[in-house]
Amino acid sequence: MTTTESSSVAATRGEARRQATADSVYKPKDGLLLEVDDLFVEFHTDDGVAKAINGVSFDLYQGETLAILGESGSGKSVTAQAVMGILDMPPARITGGQVRYCGQDLLTMPDEQRRKTRGPEISMVFQDALSSLNPVFPVGWQIAEMFRQHRGMNKSDAFERAIKLMQRVQIPAAKERVKAYPHQFSGGMRQRIMIAMAIALDPAVLIADEPTTALDVTVQAQIMGLLQELQEERQMGLILITHDLGVVADVADKIAVMYAGRIVERADVYDLYRQPAHPYTKGLLESIPRLDLKGQNLAAIGGLPPNLMRIPPGCAFNPRCRYAQPLCTQDRPELREVLPSREAACHFSEEVLNG
Amino acid sequence: MAEAILSATDLVKHYPIRGGVLRRTVGQVKAVDGVSFELYKGETLGIVGESGCGKSTLGRLLMRLEEPTSGSLIFDGVDVYKQRGRAMRKLRRDIQIVFQDPYTSLNPRKTVGDIIGEPFDIHPDVVPKQGRRRKVQELLELVGLSPEHINRYPHQFSGGQRQRIGIARGIALNPKVLICDEPVSALDVSVQAQVVNLMEKLQDELGLSYVFIAHDLSVVRHISDRVGVMYLGKMAEIGDEDEVYSRPTHPYTQALLSAVPVPDPTLRNKREQIVLQGDVPSPANPPSGCRFHTRCFKAQEKCKVDVPELILRPDGAGEHFSACHFAAPREIIETIDVSGAATPAGGWAAAEQV
Ligand SMILES: Nc1ncnc2c1ncn2[C@@H]1O[C@H](COP(=O)(O)OP(=O)(O)OP(=O)(O)O)[C@@H](O)[C@H]1O
Ligand SMILES: Nc1ncnc2c1ncn2[C@@H]1O[C@H](COP(=O)(O)OP(=O)(O)OP(=O)(O)O)[C@@H](O)[C@H]1O
Ligand code: SF4
Ligand code: SF4
Ligand SMILES: [Mg+2]
Ligand SMILES: [Mg+2]
Repeated sequence: MTTTESSSVAATRGEARRQATADSVYKPKDGLLLEVDDLFVEFHTDDGVAKAINGVSFDLYQGETLAILGESGSGKSVTAQAVMGILDMPPARITGGQVRYCGQDLLTMPDEQRRKTRGPEISMVFQDALSSLNPVFPVGWQIAEMFRQHRGMNKSDAFERAIKLMQRVQIPAAKERVKAYPHQFSGGMRQRIMIAMAIALDPAVLIADEPTTALDVTVQAQIMGLLQELQEERQMGLILITHDLGVVADVADKIAVMYAGRIVERADVYDLYRQPAHPYTKGLLESIPRLDLKGQNLAAIGGLPPNLMRIPPGCAFNPRCRYAQPLCTQDRPELREVLPSREAACHFSEEVLNG
Repeated sequence: MAEAILSATDLVKHYPIRGGVLRRTVGQVKAVDGVSFELYKGETLGIVGESGCGKSTLGRLLMRLEEPTSGSLIFDGVDVYKQRGRAMRKLRRDIQIVFQDPYTSLNPRKTVGDIIGEPFDIHPDVVPKQGRRRKVQELLELVGLSPEHINRYPHQFSGGQRQRIGIARGIALNPKVLICDEPVSALDVSVQAQVVNLMEKLQDELGLSYVFIAHDLSVVRHISDRVGVMYLGKMAEIGDEDEVYSRPTHPYTQALLSAVPVPDPTLRNKREQIVLQGDVPSPANPPSGCRFHTRCFKAQEKCKVDVPELILRPDGAGEHFSACHFAAPREIIETIDVSGAATPAGGWAAAEQV
């Protein structure tokens, strides 16, 4: 990208932000954008109640990248959907907790007010780009609609902005393609268009749910680079949801590791990789093959993640844990400080930290 | 030099594109377009490349699940595409496949016993009828599943367990070659490691040769002895694992390797990244000359015209096969050899059982 391009985008961006904040009731205090506080979510299904989220808490500051890491089914997307306010209720039910944006609880906010936060304040890139673009409308039109609805722009201005944004996310020949339909773009381009739509209204918080999982590594690298650039430029708070430990190591500031709907470890990215405090995190790090290692032994974690309808008593990880003691089947470990600015939910974190 | 068990020469598979009301052929998808390589006895050959480059098509050709447009395949001295009837059936026993998706590749209405025993219906001479149940139970045990689960259905198993069922079926007939098409791609890392370890164990015990297809370059490095890198239906580079990963000479391999994130934050911004421009062109209309020239950072005029041959080219330490006019080694990742290092504190071996 050239500097002139970036500064012109930055200029329009600054202007948009000023406009938004002028009449915005949301002002972050000391840079604190989002606080998720002891969140609980259940799903009521024919087979029973699945306890998907069981007391999740985290904070997000301006300019910060928080990675939420965890296996399939650990509750990453449900957490994101609860924050965005797009959970299907029913079957979902939020049974406890708060989600505060700039100090205000989103969960108790009137629907109309909440809806207005979606886009300009908190925005999301979905796990499956293919199915989240509307196939019957041209891509440029879909982006332009956001400017018309939220910013009250006229048609030609809105299209103009849509083209700029498509260029910003590196869609080649954006001007010519603004009228093209989603199926006329490759998977990587569709994902970039989703990012364009998510940042169109200059949100303060961007949640990216597995933004690159379905893509090839070369395209993945392009998209992660783009996300980082945009984040720095706009000082967005970014929540990156993924199960790819490689991507996390490349971009995250802080990490929250989820297991069975709870955060089991929270740490700065460097600390976590150097010295994990939870046996599950440690197991994950030992089980990934690394590109730069030759003759590496893969130490698999045995067993399987628990069924959320029958989470084992005590520590949910105990059937798979090599540090487990009798205490672990009785007492559920709470997330606690195990070292300065390190938290883990394990009775024996001290042993884990020591090797 | 090791003995080849499978050798492919100039394999081609084109799929017709039909259009118009008459459904006439209006073009060809060149899914595999002239691929040659050898698979040695007891080794694992990894095949990597981006989505759509022809990996699965190549896998199906090696199994003769599809007839090639042209080319030949020799298995243990036998010309595979010339075999008919009984001789072909016999060959099928020796080359088996494990599919990409553990969620859809198993028939949901059949029990695990039926699924794993299915190959015995086609090859009744392998195990006599009354011995079948025992044999299936042995196979279940071999892949780390409980023999009591023989009457369960696929949906009663997790993804990792289903992939084990797929592997059990793949090895049921004691094949010599197992084609594995993305056998761990759909699995979580913690479960992926279980399956990779299982595959390595089976290879040691049964003397299998693997063709291991995947798009995850880290997994491929871990499991492979040799690696082939495909781009748009052609092999760009092929060599020993170390040659391809430590001394890649093809710009595409170099770009691929540079794009893989390494799970170590201390390497952040320290690794060189080659960012490729543009998207992969359509295999219906591949670029002239070198197929990579539209995205290559080293492309010159010659590349648009002349097709670079896959031949031995110097890589700094020796030479290996590369299809680039301007092949030159470039260190992208700093390899650390940990083969002598101690395994992480004990206990995990026992945890391998599911
Ligand atoms: N609509 C739903 N009805 C019932 N259960 C649901 C529903 N949506 C999610 N769940 C359950 O909630 C749990 C958490 O799901 P979630 O989608 O958050 O997982 P995830 O961590 O995002 O996994 P992945 O990595 O596969 O995307 C899962 O066990 C899932 O089955
Ligand atoms: N039966 C078919 N008819 C027409 N085209 C096909 C057929 N099978 C595959 N192709 C095309 O051939 C090309 C190679 O496909 P293939 O499935 O071999 O790719 P791949 O490398 O396995 O990709 P992936 O990593 O996504 O699995 C693709 O462009 C695909 O669309
Ligand atoms: S609390 Fe016990 S079972 Fe849970 S992670 Fe810690 S040691 Fe393992
Ligand atoms: S032959 Fe030319 S275009 Fe092809 S990889 Fe080599 S330098 Fe690049
Ligand atoms: Mg998810
Ligand atoms: Mg494939």
